[in-house]
Amino acid sequence: MDRRSFLQSTAAVGLSGVARSAAGAEDEADDAGAAATSVSRDVIWDLHCHFSGVPGDTVVDRAAKILEYADRMGVQRLVFFMGWPWSQRPTPEDFRRQNDQVLEALAEWPERLLGFAYLSGHYPEESLKEIERCIANGPMVGIKLWVARKCSDAALDPIIARCGELNAAIYQHTWLKTQGNYEGESTPMDLAVLANRHPTVPIICGHTGGDWTRGIRAVRASKNVSVGIGGSEPTAGFVEMAVRELGAERVIYGSDAGGRSFSTQLAKVYGADVADSEKRLILGQNLRRMLTPILEAKGIPT
Amino acid sequence: MMIDVNVNLSRWPFRRVPLDETPRLVKKLKQHGIATAWAGSLDGILHRDVAAVNARLTAECRQFGGGLLRPVGTVNPTLPDWREDLRRCQEVHRMHAVRINPNYHGYRLDDDACDALFQAVARRGMIVQLALKMEDVRTHHPLMPVPTVDPQPLEALVDKYPDVPLIVMNNYGTIRGEAAARLVRAGRVYFETSHAEQVGALEKLIQQIPHERLLFGSHAPLFNLEANLFKFRESRLGGLLSTGIQRGNAQALLQSLR
Repeated sequence: MDRRSFLQSTAAVGLSGVARSAAGAEDEADDAGAAATSVSRDVIWDLHCHFSGVPGDTVVDRAAKILEYADRMGVQRLVFFMGWPWSQRPTPEDFRRQNDQVLEALAEWPERLLGFAYLSGHYPEESLKEIERCIANGPMVGIKLWVARKCSDAALDPIIARCGELNAAIYQHTWLKTQGNYEGESTPMDLAVLANRHPTVPIICGHTGGDWTRGIRAVRASKNVSVGIGGSEPTAGFVEMAVRELGAERVIYGSDAGGRSFSTQLAKVYGADVADSEKRLILGQNLRRMLTPILEAKGIPT
Repeated sequence: MMIDVNVNLSRWPFRRVPLDETPRLVKKLKQHGIATAWAGSLDGILHRDVAAVNARLTAECRQFGGGLLRPVGTVNPTLPDWREDLRRCQEVHRMHAVRINPNYHGYRLDDDACDALFQAVARRGMIVQLALKMEDVRTHHPLMPVPTVDPQPLEALVDKYPDVPLIVMNNYGTIRGEAAARLVRAGRVYFETSHAEQVGALEKLIQQIPHERLLFGSHAPLFNLEANLFKFRESRLGGLLSTGIQRGNAQALLQSLR
Protein backbone atom coordinates (compact mmCIF):
# COMPACT_ATOMS: atom_id res chain seq x y z
CA MET A 1 0.00 0.00 0.00
CA ASP A 2 1.47 3.40 -0.93
CA ARG A 3 1.37 6.33 1.44
CA ARG A 4 -1.54 8.10 -0.25
CA SER A 5 -3.86 5.10 -0.22
CA PHE A 6 -2.76 4.17 3.28
CA LEU A 7 -3.58 7.57 4.67
CA GLN A 8 -6.93 7.56 2.88
CA SER A 9 -7.85 4.18 4.28
CA THR A 10 -6.83 4.88 7.83
CA ALA A 11 -8.52 8.25 7.82
CA ALA A 12 -11.68 6.55 6.68
CA VAL A 13 -11.50 3.81 9.26
CA GLY A 14 -10.22 5.51 12.38
CA LEU A 15 -10.34 3.75 15.70
CA SER A 16 -14.09 3.72 15.90
CA GLY A 17 -14.12 1.94 12.57
CA VAL A 18 -11.74 -0.66 13.87
CA ALA A 19 -13.87 -1.17 16.92
CA ARG A 20 -17.08 -1.21 14.93
CA SER A 21 -15.95 -4.12 12.83
CA ALA A 22 -13.74 -5.68 15.45
CA ALA A 23 -15.87 -8.70 16.06
CA GLY A 24 -16.00 -9.81 12.47
CA ALA A 25 -18.37 -9.94 9.59
CA GLU A 26 -21.63 -10.31 11.42
CA ASP A 27 -23.89 -7.32 11.77
CA GLU A 28 -24.56 -8.18 15.40
CA ALA A 29 -20.89 -8.49 16.12
CA ASP A 30 -20.23 -5.24 14.33
CA ASP A 31 -22.73 -3.53 16.59
CA ALA A 32 -21.05 -5.13 19.56
CA GLY A 33 -17.68 -3.86 18.49
CA ALA A 34 -19.04 -0.37 18.04
CA ALA A 35 -19.60 -0.19 21.74
CA ALA A 36 -15.94 -0.95 22.37
CA THR A 37 -14.95 2.67 22.17
CA SER A 38 -16.18 6.04 21.18
CA VAL A 39 -12.68 7.15 20.31
CA SER A 40 -12.42 8.31 16.72
CA ARG A 41 -10.16 10.21 14.35
CA ASP A 42 -7.14 8.79 16.09
CA VAL A 43 -3.68 7.96 14.96
CA ILE A 44 -2.15 4.78 16.29
CA TRP A 45 1.61 4.47 16.58
CA ASP A 46 2.93 1.13 17.73
CA LEU A 47 6.06 1.32 19.85
CA HIS A 48 7.04 -2.32 19.77
CA CYS A 49 7.12 -4.64 16.74
CA HIS A 50 9.30 -7.53 15.63
CA PHE A 51 9.56 -9.69 12.54
CA SER A 52 8.32 -12.72 14.47
CA GLY A 53 5.09 -14.68 14.41
CA VAL A 54 4.70 -14.51 10.63
CA PRO A 55 6.07 -16.57 7.77
CA GLY A 56 8.62 -15.23 5.31
CA ASP A 57 12.19 -15.83 4.23
CA THR A 58 13.11 -12.17 4.01
CA VAL A 59 12.66 -9.24 6.31
CA VAL A 60 10.56 -7.50 3.68
CA ASP A 61 8.23 -10.50 3.40
CA ARG A 62 7.76 -10.60 7.13
CA ALA A 63 7.26 -6.87 7.52
CA ALA A 64 4.68 -6.95 4.74
CA LYS A 65 2.72 -9.61 6.60
CA ILE A 66 2.86 -7.68 9.87
CA LEU A 67 1.67 -4.59 8.00
CA GLU A 68 -1.27 -6.55 6.61
CA TYR A 69 -2.48 -7.21 10.14
CA ALA A 70 -1.65 -3.65 11.24
CA ASP A 71 -3.80 -2.31 8.40
CA ARG A 72 -6.76 -4.34 9.59
CA MET A 73 -6.40 -2.83 13.05
CA GLY A 74 -5.79 0.76 11.94
CA VAL A 75 -2.19 0.92 13.18
CA GLN A 76 -0.45 3.56 11.10
CA ARG A 77 3.16 3.80 12.21
CA LEU A 78 5.18 0.85 13.54
CA VAL A 79 8.49 0.85 15.36
CA PHE A 80 10.59 -2.24 14.62
CA PHE A 81 13.63 -3.40 16.50
CA MET A 82 15.78 -6.52 16.41
CA GLY A 83 15.94 -8.91 13.49
CA TRP A 84 16.06 -12.67 13.61
CA PRO A 85 17.24 -14.98 14.91
CA TRP A 86 17.26 -13.16 18.23
CA SER A 87 20.16 -13.29 20.64
CA GLN A 88 20.01 -12.27 24.28
CA ARG A 89 23.69 -11.38 24.44
CA PRO A 90 24.50 -10.24 20.94
CA THR A 91 28.02 -9.64 19.79
CA PRO A 92 28.60 -6.37 17.93
CA GLU A 93 28.60 -8.34 14.71
CA ASP A 94 25.26 -9.84 15.63
CA PHE A 95 23.50 -6.60 16.60
CA ARG A 96 24.84 -4.97 13.44
CA ARG A 97 23.40 -7.84 11.42
CA GLN A 98 20.02 -7.48 13.09
CA ASN A 99 20.04 -3.71 12.62
CA ASP A 100 20.80 -4.22 8.94
CA GLN A 101 17.63 -6.28 8.73
CA VAL A 102 15.61 -3.46 10.25
CA LEU A 103 17.25 -0.94 7.91
CA GLU A 104 16.21 -3.11 4.96
CA ALA A 105 12.58 -2.95 6.08
CA LEU A 106 12.74 0.81 6.70
CA ALA A 107 13.99 1.34 3.16
CA GLU A 108 10.92 -0.43 1.83
CA TRP A 109 8.37 1.56 3.85
CA PRO A 110 10.19 4.78 4.88
CA GLU A 111 7.04 6.72 5.69
CA ARG A 112 5.35 3.89 7.55
CA LEU A 113 8.03 2.14 9.58
CA LEU A 114 10.39 3.48 12.21
CA GLY A 115 13.45 1.71 13.56
CA PHE A 116 15.27 1.50 16.87
CA ALA A 117 18.84 0.18 16.86
CA TYR A 118 19.43 -2.97 18.88
CA LEU A 119 22.47 -2.52 21.14
CA SER A 120 24.21 -4.30 24.00
CA GLY A 121 25.31 -2.86 27.31
CA HIS A 122 28.15 -5.36 27.21
CA TYR A 123 29.70 -3.50 24.31
CA PRO A 124 29.35 0.24 25.05
CA GLU A 125 32.04 1.34 22.60
CA GLU A 126 30.65 -0.71 19.74
CA SER A 127 27.14 0.36 20.70
CA LEU A 128 28.15 4.01 20.45
CA LYS A 129 29.52 3.36 16.97
CA GLU A 130 26.25 1.67 16.06
CA ILE A 131 24.34 4.73 17.25
CA GLU A 132 26.43 6.85 14.88
CA ARG A 133 25.84 4.42 12.00
CA CYS A 134 22.12 3.82 12.48
CA ILE A 135 20.86 7.02 14.11
CA ALA A 136 23.25 9.96 13.74
CA ASN A 137 24.05 9.00 10.14
CA GLY A 138 21.12 6.70 9.42
CA PRO A 139 17.33 6.66 9.50
CA MET A 140 16.79 5.09 12.91
CA VAL A 141 15.24 7.14 15.70
CA GLY A 142 15.89 5.22 18.90
CA ILE A 143 17.58 2.29 20.60
CA LYS A 144 16.48 -1.01 22.11
CA LEU A 145 18.29 -2.61 25.05
CA TRP A 146 17.23 -6.12 26.03
CA VAL A 147 18.76 -8.45 28.59
CA ALA A 148 22.51 -8.41 27.96
CA ARG A 149 23.34 -6.19 30.93
CA LYS A 150 21.33 -4.62 33.71
CA CYS A 151 20.56 -1.05 32.81
CA SER A 152 21.50 0.22 36.26
CA ASP A 153 25.14 -0.44 35.32
CA ALA A 154 27.07 2.81 34.83
CA ALA A 155 28.66 1.32 31.72
CA LEU A 156 25.48 2.28 29.89
CA ASP A 157 25.79 5.97 30.69
CA PRO A 158 27.61 7.02 27.49
CA ILE A 159 24.91 5.29 25.43
CA ILE A 160 22.13 7.09 27.25
CA ALA A 161 23.92 10.42 27.06
CA ARG A 162 24.47 10.15 23.32
CA CYS A 163 20.84 9.25 22.76
CA GLY A 164 19.91 12.33 24.76
CA GLU A 165 22.05 14.50 22.48
CA LEU A 166 20.34 13.03 19.41
CA ASN A 167 16.81 13.07 20.88
CA ALA A 168 16.75 9.35 20.16
CA ALA A 169 14.17 7.28 22.03
CA ILE A 170 15.42 4.69 24.53
CA TYR A 171 13.45 1.48 24.96
CA GLN A 172 14.71 -0.68 27.82
CA HIS A 173 13.12 -4.11 28.29
CA THR A 174 12.14 -4.76 31.91
CA TRP A 175 10.50 -7.66 33.73
CA LEU A 176 9.76 -8.69 37.29
CA LYS A 177 9.44 -12.45 37.12
CA THR A 178 8.25 -14.40 40.12
CA GLN A 179 10.61 -17.20 39.17
CA GLY A 180 13.52 -14.78 38.77
CA ASN A 181 14.90 -12.73 35.89
CA TYR A 182 17.69 -13.63 33.49
CA GLU A 183 21.11 -12.67 34.79
CA GLY A 184 21.28 -9.42 32.84
CA GLU A 185 17.56 -8.72 32.72
CA SER A 186 16.57 -5.34 34.14
CA THR A 187 13.72 -4.63 36.49
CA PRO A 188 11.80 -1.34 36.56
CA MET A 189 13.74 -0.61 39.74
CA ASP A 190 16.98 -0.91 37.76
CA LEU A 191 15.52 1.42 35.18
CA ALA A 192 14.64 3.99 37.81
CA VAL A 193 18.30 3.99 38.90
CA LEU A 194 19.40 4.65 35.33
CA ALA A 195 16.72 7.28 34.75
CA ASN A 196 17.65 9.16 37.88
CA ARG A 197 21.23 9.49 36.62
CA HIS A 198 19.88 10.99 33.39
CA PRO A 199 16.89 13.03 34.56
CA THR A 200 16.56 15.04 31.35
CA VAL A 201 16.61 12.06 28.98
CA PRO A 202 13.25 10.40 28.21
CA ILE A 203 13.38 6.62 28.74
CA ILE A 204 10.71 3.98 28.09
CA CYS A 205 10.18 1.18 30.60
CA GLY A 206 9.46 -1.79 28.34
CA HIS A 207 6.60 -4.11 29.37
CA THR A 208 6.17 -1.97 32.51
CA GLY A 209 7.98 -4.81 34.20
CA GLY A 210 5.37 -7.40 33.22
CA ASP A 211 4.01 -7.26 36.76
CA TRP A 212 2.70 -3.77 36.12
CA THR A 213 1.31 -3.37 39.62
CA ARG A 214 4.90 -3.16 40.85
CA GLY A 215 6.44 -1.76 37.68
CA ILE A 216 4.30 1.36 37.70
CA ARG A 217 5.18 2.07 41.31
CA ALA A 218 8.89 1.53 40.64
CA VAL A 219 9.11 4.29 38.02
CA ARG A 220 6.44 6.59 39.41
CA ALA A 221 8.87 9.10 40.90
CA SER A 222 11.11 9.16 37.81
CA LYS A 223 9.38 11.77 35.76
CA ASN A 224 11.48 11.15 32.66
CA VAL A 225 10.24 7.55 32.43
CA SER A 226 7.27 6.49 30.34
CA VAL A 227 5.89 2.98 30.38
CA GLY A 228 5.41 0.74 27.35
CA ILE A 229 2.32 -1.39 27.86
CA GLY A 230 2.91 -4.03 25.18
CA GLY A 231 4.01 -7.62 25.36
CA SER A 232 1.93 -9.04 28.17
CA GLU A 233 -1.50 -10.53 28.74
CA PRO A 234 -4.43 -8.14 28.19
CA THR A 235 -5.13 -7.87 31.90
CA ALA A 236 -7.87 -5.46 32.84
CA GLY A 237 -6.89 -2.55 35.03
CA PHE A 238 -3.37 -2.10 33.67
CA VAL A 239 -3.95 1.13 31.79
CA GLU A 240 -6.26 2.50 34.48
CA MET A 241 -3.53 2.15 37.11
CA ALA A 242 -0.87 3.58 34.81
CA VAL A 243 -2.98 6.64 34.04
CA ARG A 244 -3.91 7.09 37.69
CA GLU A 245 -0.35 6.89 38.98
CA LEU A 246 1.73 8.30 36.12
CA GLY A 247 -0.67 10.40 34.08
CA ALA A 248 -1.72 9.46 30.54
CA GLU A 249 1.21 11.44 29.11
CA ARG A 250 3.60 8.78 30.40
CA VAL A 251 1.81 5.73 28.97
CA ILE A 252 2.66 4.46 25.48
CA TYR A 253 0.88 1.79 23.45
CA GLY A 254 2.92 -0.95 21.83
CA SER A 255 2.06 -4.50 20.85
CA ASP A 256 5.15 -6.73 20.77
CA ALA A 257 3.75 -8.06 17.47
CA GLY A 258 4.00 -10.58 15.97
CA GLY A 259 4.54 -12.66 19.14
CA ARG A 260 1.56 -10.82 20.57
CA SER A 261 -1.41 -9.65 18.57
CA PHE A 262 -2.48 -6.11 17.86
CA SER A 263 -5.93 -7.14 19.12
CA THR A 264 -4.98 -8.05 22.65
CA GLN A 265 -2.63 -5.12 23.12
CA LEU A 266 -4.93 -2.48 21.64
CA ALA A 267 -7.68 -3.86 23.88
CA LYS A 268 -5.71 -2.76 26.92
CA VAL A 269 -6.35 0.81 25.80
CA TYR A 270 -9.78 0.49 24.21
CA GLY A 271 -11.08 -1.49 27.15
CA ALA A 272 -9.72 0.83 29.81
CA ASP A 273 -11.97 3.03 31.85
CA VAL A 274 -10.13 6.25 31.02
CA ALA A 275 -11.11 9.31 29.02
CA ASP A 276 -11.03 9.20 25.24
CA SER A 277 -8.52 12.04 25.26
CA GLU A 278 -6.24 9.89 27.41
CA LYS A 279 -6.65 6.95 25.05
CA ARG A 280 -5.52 9.15 22.17
CA LEU A 281 -2.39 10.14 24.06
CA ILE A 282 -1.56 6.51 24.79
CA LEU A 283 -2.35 5.17 21.33
CA GLY A 284 -0.18 7.58 19.42
CA GLN A 285 0.17 11.14 20.56
CA ASN A 286 2.73 10.45 23.28
CA LEU A 287 5.10 8.51 21.04
CA ARG A 288 4.69 11.02 18.24
CA ARG A 289 5.50 13.86 20.64
CA MET A 290 8.57 12.02 21.94
CA LEU A 291 9.89 11.33 18.44
CA THR A 292 8.96 14.60 16.73
CA PRO A 293 12.32 16.36 17.32
CA ILE A 294 14.39 13.56 15.81
CA LEU A 295 11.88 12.90 13.03
CA GLU A 296 11.90 16.55 12.06
CA ALA A 297 15.69 16.63 12.17
CA LYS A 298 15.76 13.74 9.73
CA GLY A 299 12.98 15.09 7.53
CA ILE A 300 10.73 12.11 8.28
CA PRO A 301 7.01 12.99 8.24
CA THR A 302 5.34 13.10 11.63
CA MET B 1 -25.40 -12.48 19.56
CA MET B 2 -22.41 -14.31 20.96
CA ILE B 3 -21.82 -17.01 23.56
CA ASP B 4 -18.84 -16.43 25.82
CA VAL B 5 -17.83 -19.71 27.46
CA ASN B 6 -15.14 -18.20 29.70
CA VAL B 7 -16.38 -15.61 32.17
CA ASN B 8 -15.56 -15.30 35.87
CA LEU B 9 -17.56 -13.82 38.72
CA SER B 10 -16.56 -12.65 42.21
CA ARG B 11 -13.11 -11.45 43.27
CA TRP B 12 -9.64 -12.33 42.05
CA PRO B 13 -7.75 -12.88 45.32
CA PHE B 14 -4.72 -10.78 44.42
CA ARG B 15 -6.18 -7.51 43.19
CA ARG B 16 -9.43 -5.81 42.33
CA VAL B 17 -10.45 -5.95 38.69
CA PRO B 18 -12.43 -3.10 37.09
CA LEU B 19 -15.52 -5.22 36.30
CA ASP B 20 -15.52 -7.63 39.23
CA GLU B 21 -18.99 -6.49 40.29
CA THR B 22 -21.52 -8.62 38.44
CA PRO B 23 -24.02 -5.91 37.38
CA ARG B 24 -21.23 -3.88 35.75
CA LEU B 25 -19.80 -6.94 34.04
CA VAL B 26 -23.21 -7.96 32.71
CA LYS B 27 -23.78 -4.46 31.40
CA LYS B 28 -20.49 -4.56 29.49
CA LEU B 29 -21.15 -8.04 28.10
CA LYS B 30 -24.53 -6.89 26.83
CA GLN B 31 -23.05 -3.75 25.28
CA HIS B 32 -20.67 -5.94 23.30
CA GLY B 33 -23.22 -8.38 21.99
CA ILE B 34 -22.68 -11.25 24.41
CA ALA B 35 -26.08 -12.93 24.80
CA THR B 36 -24.95 -15.79 27.00
CA ALA B 37 -21.92 -16.10 29.25
CA TRP B 38 -20.84 -19.30 30.98
CA ALA B 39 -19.70 -18.00 34.32
CA GLY B 40 -17.56 -19.72 36.90
CA SER B 41 -16.67 -18.34 40.30
CA LEU B 42 -13.20 -17.13 41.18
CA ASP B 43 -14.02 -18.16 44.75
CA GLY B 44 -13.76 -21.74 43.53
CA ILE B 45 -10.03 -21.35 43.00
CA LEU B 46 -9.13 -21.24 46.69
CA HIS B 47 -12.27 -21.71 48.77
CA ARG B 48 -12.87 -25.17 50.22
CA ASP B 49 -16.55 -24.72 50.96
CA VAL B 50 -17.31 -25.30 47.31
CA ALA B 51 -20.96 -26.01 48.01
CA ALA B 52 -21.37 -22.44 49.22
CA VAL B 53 -19.35 -21.12 46.28
CA ASN B 54 -21.67 -22.80 43.79
CA ALA B 55 -24.81 -21.73 45.63
CA ARG B 56 -23.64 -18.11 45.69
CA LEU B 57 -22.69 -18.27 42.04
CA THR B 58 -26.13 -19.55 41.09
CA ALA B 59 -27.84 -16.86 43.14
CA GLU B 60 -25.60 -14.16 41.66
CA CYS B 61 -26.35 -15.27 38.12
CA ARG B 62 -30.06 -15.32 38.86
CA GLN B 63 -30.12 -11.96 40.65
CA PHE B 64 -27.88 -9.92 38.36
CA GLY B 65 -27.54 -11.92 35.16
CA GLY B 66 -30.65 -10.68 33.41
CA GLY B 67 -30.88 -14.04 31.67
CA LEU B 68 -27.36 -13.69 30.31
CA LEU B 69 -25.30 -15.65 32.84
CA ARG B 70 -25.25 -19.45 33.01
CA PRO B 71 -23.46 -20.67 36.13
CA VAL B 72 -20.64 -23.18 35.79
CA GLY B 73 -19.92 -24.92 39.06
CA THR B 74 -16.60 -25.66 40.66
CA VAL B 75 -15.77 -29.25 41.52
CA ASN B 76 -12.60 -30.14 43.40
CA PRO B 77 -12.13 -33.91 43.48
CA THR B 78 -9.58 -33.72 46.28
CA LEU B 79 -12.23 -32.54 48.74
CA PRO B 80 -14.21 -34.96 50.91
CA ASP B 81 -17.57 -35.89 49.40
CA TRP B 82 -16.97 -33.91 46.22
CA ARG B 83 -19.57 -36.07 44.45
CA GLU B 84 -22.25 -34.27 46.42
CA ASP B 85 -20.99 -30.96 44.98
CA LEU B 86 -21.28 -32.43 41.52
CA ARG B 87 -24.76 -33.74 42.24
CA ARG B 88 -25.92 -30.34 43.44
CA CYS B 89 -24.41 -28.66 40.40
CA GLN B 90 -26.62 -30.72 38.14
CA GLU B 91 -29.69 -31.54 40.19
CA VAL B 92 -30.05 -28.44 42.37
CA HIS B 93 -28.42 -25.65 40.39
CA ARG B 94 -29.28 -27.07 36.95
CA MET B 95 -25.77 -26.46 35.66
CA HIS B 96 -24.67 -27.88 32.32
CA ALA B 97 -20.95 -27.71 33.03
CA VAL B 98 -18.35 -27.79 35.76
CA ARG B 99 -15.01 -26.00 35.80
CA ILE B 100 -11.87 -27.63 37.17
CA ASN B 101 -8.57 -26.06 38.26
CA PRO B 102 -6.22 -29.01 38.83
CA ASN B 103 -3.17 -26.83 39.48
CA TYR B 104 -4.85 -24.74 42.17
CA HIS B 105 -6.58 -27.79 43.66
CA GLY B 106 -3.43 -29.87 43.81
CA TYR B 107 -3.88 -32.83 41.50
CA ARG B 108 -2.60 -33.99 38.14
CA LEU B 109 -4.64 -35.08 35.16
CA ASP B 110 -3.40 -38.65 35.62
CA ASP B 111 -4.30 -38.83 39.32
CA ASP B 112 -7.04 -41.19 40.47
CA ALA B 113 -9.04 -38.20 41.70
CA CYS B 114 -9.21 -36.77 38.19
CA ASP B 115 -10.18 -40.13 36.74
CA ALA B 116 -12.99 -40.43 39.27
CA LEU B 117 -14.22 -36.97 38.41
CA PHE B 118 -14.37 -37.70 34.69
CA GLN B 119 -16.13 -41.00 35.38
CA ALA B 120 -18.77 -39.21 37.45
CA VAL B 121 -19.21 -36.40 34.95
CA ALA B 122 -19.55 -38.93 32.13
CA ARG B 123 -22.45 -40.57 33.94
CA ARG B 124 -24.16 -37.22 34.33
CA GLY B 125 -23.60 -36.06 30.78
CA MET B 126 -22.09 -32.71 31.72
CA ILE B 127 -19.36 -30.56 30.16
CA VAL B 128 -15.95 -30.22 31.81
CA GLN B 129 -14.13 -26.89 31.53
CA LEU B 130 -10.43 -27.39 32.19
CA ALA B 131 -8.60 -24.17 33.14
CA LEU B 132 -4.91 -24.68 32.38
CA LYS B 133 -3.97 -21.54 34.26
CA MET B 134 -5.49 -18.31 35.50
CA GLU B 135 -2.73 -15.74 34.96
CA ASP B 136 0.78 -15.44 33.56
CA VAL B 137 2.94 -17.58 35.84
CA ARG B 138 5.65 -14.92 35.69
CA THR B 139 3.41 -12.49 37.56
CA HIS B 140 2.10 -14.79 40.28
CA HIS B 141 2.25 -13.59 43.85
CA PRO B 142 5.66 -14.68 45.16
CA LEU B 143 4.05 -16.52 48.07
CA MET B 144 1.83 -18.50 45.73
CA PRO B 145 3.38 -19.52 42.43
CA VAL B 146 1.14 -22.11 40.75
CA PRO B 147 2.53 -23.96 37.74
CA THR B 148 0.39 -24.31 34.64
CA VAL B 149 -1.44 -27.65 34.39
CA ASP B 150 0.77 -30.32 32.83
CA PRO B 151 -1.19 -31.35 29.71
CA GLN B 152 0.85 -34.47 28.99
CA PRO B 153 -1.66 -36.93 30.59
CA LEU B 154 -4.64 -35.33 28.88
CA GLU B 155 -4.57 -37.47 25.78
CA ALA B 156 -4.89 -40.69 27.81
CA LEU B 157 -7.74 -39.16 29.79
CA VAL B 158 -9.58 -38.19 26.62
CA ASP B 159 -8.93 -41.65 25.18
CA LYS B 160 -10.60 -43.16 28.25
CA TYR B 161 -13.54 -40.72 28.29
CA PRO B 162 -14.01 -39.74 24.65
CA ASP B 163 -17.68 -38.86 25.09
CA VAL B 164 -17.15 -36.28 27.84
CA PRO B 165 -17.30 -32.84 26.27
CA LEU B 166 -14.13 -31.08 27.38
CA ILE B 167 -13.35 -27.40 26.88
CA VAL B 168 -9.68 -26.52 27.24
CA MET B 169 -9.41 -23.01 28.65
CA ASN B 170 -6.70 -20.39 29.10
CA ASN B 171 -4.38 -22.13 26.68
CA TYR B 172 -1.44 -19.82 26.00
CA GLY B 173 0.59 -22.24 23.93
CA THR B 174 0.46 -25.00 26.55
CA ILE B 175 -1.20 -27.32 24.04
CA ARG B 176 -0.45 -26.54 20.43
CA GLY B 177 -0.05 -27.94 16.95
CA GLU B 178 -0.29 -31.68 16.57
CA ALA B 179 -0.93 -32.24 20.27
CA ALA B 180 -4.09 -30.13 20.04
CA ALA B 181 -5.14 -31.87 16.84
CA ARG B 182 -4.69 -35.31 18.44
CA LEU B 183 -6.92 -34.35 21.36
CA VAL B 184 -9.64 -33.19 19.02
CA ARG B 185 -9.47 -36.46 17.11
CA ALA B 186 -9.49 -38.50 20.31
CA GLY B 187 -12.68 -37.16 21.83
CA ARG B 188 -15.15 -34.31 22.17
CA VAL B 189 -12.46 -31.74 22.91
CA TYR B 190 -12.97 -28.01 22.32
CA PHE B 191 -10.66 -25.05 22.75
CA GLU B 192 -11.71 -21.49 23.58
CA THR B 193 -10.05 -18.40 22.20
CA SER B 194 -9.17 -16.25 25.21
CA HIS B 195 -5.42 -16.87 25.29
CA ALA B 196 -4.75 -17.33 21.56
CA GLU B 197 -1.90 -14.97 20.71
CA GLN B 198 0.33 -13.80 17.84
CA VAL B 199 -0.83 -11.57 15.01
CA GLY B 200 -3.71 -13.17 13.14
CA ALA B 201 -4.21 -15.56 16.05
CA LEU B 202 -7.50 -17.05 14.89
CA GLU B 203 -6.22 -17.65 11.35
CA LYS B 204 -3.43 -19.69 12.88
CA LEU B 205 -5.71 -21.48 15.32
CA ILE B 206 -7.96 -22.87 12.60
CA GLN B 207 -4.88 -24.33 10.93
CA GLN B 208 -4.33 -26.45 14.05
CA ILE B 209 -7.85 -27.10 15.33
CA PRO B 210 -11.01 -27.71 13.28
CA HIS B 211 -13.12 -24.56 13.46
CA GLU B 212 -16.11 -26.55 14.74
CA ARG B 213 -14.12 -27.20 17.90
CA LEU B 214 -13.38 -23.55 18.66
CA LEU B 215 -15.50 -21.52 21.06
CA PHE B 216 -15.47 -17.82 21.87
CA GLY B 217 -13.99 -17.17 25.31
CA SER B 218 -12.92 -13.87 26.83
CA HIS B 219 -11.56 -14.67 30.31
CA ALA B 220 -13.40 -11.51 31.40
CA PRO B 221 -13.21 -9.64 33.61
CA LEU B 222 -9.59 -10.64 34.24
CA PHE B 223 -8.90 -9.86 30.58
CA ASN B 224 -10.31 -6.90 28.73
CA LEU B 225 -13.31 -8.20 26.80
CA GLU B 226 -12.20 -6.30 23.70
CA ALA B 227 -9.07 -8.43 23.39
CA ASN B 228 -11.05 -11.34 22.05
CA LEU B 229 -13.59 -9.35 20.08
CA PHE B 230 -10.82 -7.66 18.12
CA LYS B 231 -9.34 -11.01 17.08
CA PHE B 232 -12.20 -11.39 14.63
CA ARG B 233 -11.12 -8.16 12.98
CA GLU B 234 -7.44 -9.04 12.90
CA SER B 235 -8.06 -12.49 11.41
CA ARG B 236 -10.04 -12.93 8.24
CA LEU B 237 -12.11 -16.03 8.88
CA GLY B 238 -15.24 -15.30 6.91
CA GLY B 239 -18.75 -14.94 8.26
CA LEU B 240 -19.62 -18.62 8.65
CA LEU B 241 -16.52 -19.52 10.59
CA SER B 242 -16.81 -16.43 12.76
CA THR B 243 -20.44 -17.16 13.52
CA GLY B 244 -19.62 -20.73 14.42
CA ILE B 245 -16.90 -19.74 16.85
CA GLN B 246 -18.90 -16.87 18.29
CA ARG B 247 -22.02 -18.93 18.97
CA GLY B 248 -22.91 -21.81 16.64
CA ASN B 249 -20.41 -24.31 17.99
CA ALA B 250 -21.44 -23.65 21.59
CA GLN B 251 -25.11 -23.94 20.68
CA ALA B 252 -24.48 -27.29 18.98
CA LEU B 253 -22.55 -28.48 21.99
CA LEU B 254 -25.41 -27.57 24.32
CA GLN B 255 -27.96 -29.23 22.09
CA SER B 256 -25.90 -32.41 22.09
CA LEU B 257 -26.33 -32.65 25.86
CA ARG B 258 -30.10 -32.93 25.64
